[in-house]
Amino acid sequence: MRSLGWLRLPLLLTYAFLYIPIAVVVVMSFNSSKMPFTWTGFSLRWYGTLLEDTAVRQGFLNTMVVAVGATIIATVLGTLLAIGLARYTRSAVLEAYALTPAIVPDLALAIGLLVMFSAVGMTLGLHSVLLAHVVFGLAFVAAVVTARLGQVDPSLEEASRDLGASATATFFRITVPSLAPAIIAGALLVFTLSLDEFVIAFFTDGPSTPTLPIVIYSMVRFGVTPEINALAAVLLLVSFTVVIAAQRITRLTDSV
Amino acid sequence: MNAVHAPLVRIEGVSRSFGDVVALDSVSMEIRENEFFALLGPSGCGKTTLLRVLAGFSEPDSGSVTLGGLDLLALPPNKRPINLMFQSYALFPHMSVEKNVAYGLEREGLPKDEVRDRVAAVLTTVGLTDKARTRPTQLSGGQRQRVALARAIVKRPKLLLLDEPLSALDRKVRSEMQLELKRLQHEVGITFVVVTHDQEEAMSMADRIAVMSAGRVQQIDTPVDLYQRPRTMFVADFIGSSNTFAGNRVDAGIDVDGVGILPGHAPWPLATSLATLVVRPEDIEICEPAAALLAGVVIDIQFYGGSSTIAVHVDGHATPIIVTCQGTTAVERGAQVHLAWSPEKAVILGEEA
Repeated sequence: MRSLGWLRLPLLLTYAFLYIPIAVVVVMSFNSSKMPFTWTGFSLRWYGTLLEDTAVRQGFLNTMVVAVGATIIATVLGTLLAIGLARYTRSAVLEAYALTPAIVPDLALAIGLLVMFSAVGMTLGLHSVLLAHVVFGLAFVAAVVTARLGQVDPSLEEASRDLGASATATFFRITVPSLAPAIIAGALLVFTLSLDEFVIAFFTDGPSTPTLPIVIYSMVRFGVTPEINALAAVLLLVSFTVVIAAQRITRLTDSV
Repeated sequence: MNAVHAPLVRIEGVSRSFGDVVALDSVSMEIRENEFFALLGPSGCGKTTLLRVLAGFSEPDSGSVTLGGLDLLALPPNKRPINLMFQSYALFPHMSVEKNVAYGLEREGLPKDEVRDRVAAVLTTVGLTDKARTRPTQLSGGQRQRVALARAIVKRPKLLLLDEPLSALDRKVRSEMQLELKRLQHEVGITFVVVTHDQEEAMSMADRIAVMSAGRVQQIDTPVDLYQRPRTMFVADFIGSSNTFAGNRVDAGIDVDGVGILPGHAPWPLATSLATLVVRPEDIEICEPAAALLAGVVIDIQFYGGSSTIAVHVDGHATPIIVTCQGTTAVERGAQVHLAWSPEKAVILGEEA
């Protein structure tokens, strides 16, 4: 390892650039002042306000329904898609099309989904947001699992069959566990992306069931209150907890 | 030698093509009960395809495969009384050694006690009792190979297939495992079929060897017979080293242009008058001028400790003649030497069919 020398300074500045905004939000969420940008003293009052705010509570609940639902569906379908593509086709085109929704601009996806939903006469609500999040989530899971499939010894499944396991037993006892780290990583990605997804939700949601990002957006339109800081800090905590938990699980199951 | 019994596996007229490539061209052979059998050939000769047909991972286009009268081709891989040790070992990375070994027994639905006892017993056999709870990734190459072997033999298959079992090991471990495999085969009394491209490996371990080339069986024989009485030029060339002389068949041997008549014998009927004489380097002797079949000049000497190899240039013959003798040799580079061999040591083979 070489010594950094004066390069320590730009490194420090880069990290400051990355983390000062986050630090500001967390610190200011404990500010007792009504003004969001002047520090007057430590207080938990904004967390209290947050708890009493029914719009925020409902928004958080809506977001959890969408995030959990989209994560489950996208993880199952994305994993099956990746395995299917790897086993039954060598078509690079088919694989590319499976992964594309992950890189399509949100705005394009949002407008497209909205047009499609109205074309088929579907009502808008949490179910349409959930479906919309499955679309890009599935692509992310498929991408992560596909990458993993390339590292797994293809003879593992044959070995399982050779040792007397049925095709079903082989899938659940060998295929899924050997892909587990990727499946978990993919699920985590979908969950965190869905949690604060705004553009697509804004287009495909109904008026009576706003998700949390939409709730926050409507709050911010009338100016930033310290309550928003508290909300951001809570979201940060949820994201970090999920990421750390998933990393623990991944490390436990990952052994290839 | 093992007690060799009746045929266990009968392979008849098995063919398999992948597109235009013929991997197996009407292959037939019998593998006997309790035998250590080797499928030997260069890469692409069809040996691995045949192994996969036996294991059930590849279906032949035509032909039949039976094991003790049982039609194997009608059974999926998980219903065949056969186990395969994969070249990559294919150990399940998310399971400990003992879980890997127990996997096959659990799939049979055996009681827990029996599974535990059999796993413990087989781990003792391969000497890995202290590694039972280790993950395969933490083992050395030789240890992984033992786990793969244990996982296969714990099922007590009628036939154990081994795909290039020693290729992933370094040289020293390889020769240890060679002995180990042979010992285990005696101990467990299972018929072994080993696929290998390494002729020394096949020669040292197998009771009988099937030499394959381009999807066809060239010869099936014991190692000694393969070496001493090869049936085709391919076998003569692939097994050990040899000196070859192409010429016309005459009563006493063959007539080689520019060299003369060389003595030899033809163990198999020859289809044409064109033939090739094959002499092993150790069967050629340096002799008195009076008894000489050939005379030439020594162009190179290599000393290997136990033996020496002398390369002799003979006028009229393009490639140097290789002569092996025990220990050191008195001849020197540039010296004129005379060579001879007894006719029963030289084999005359016909043109390739």
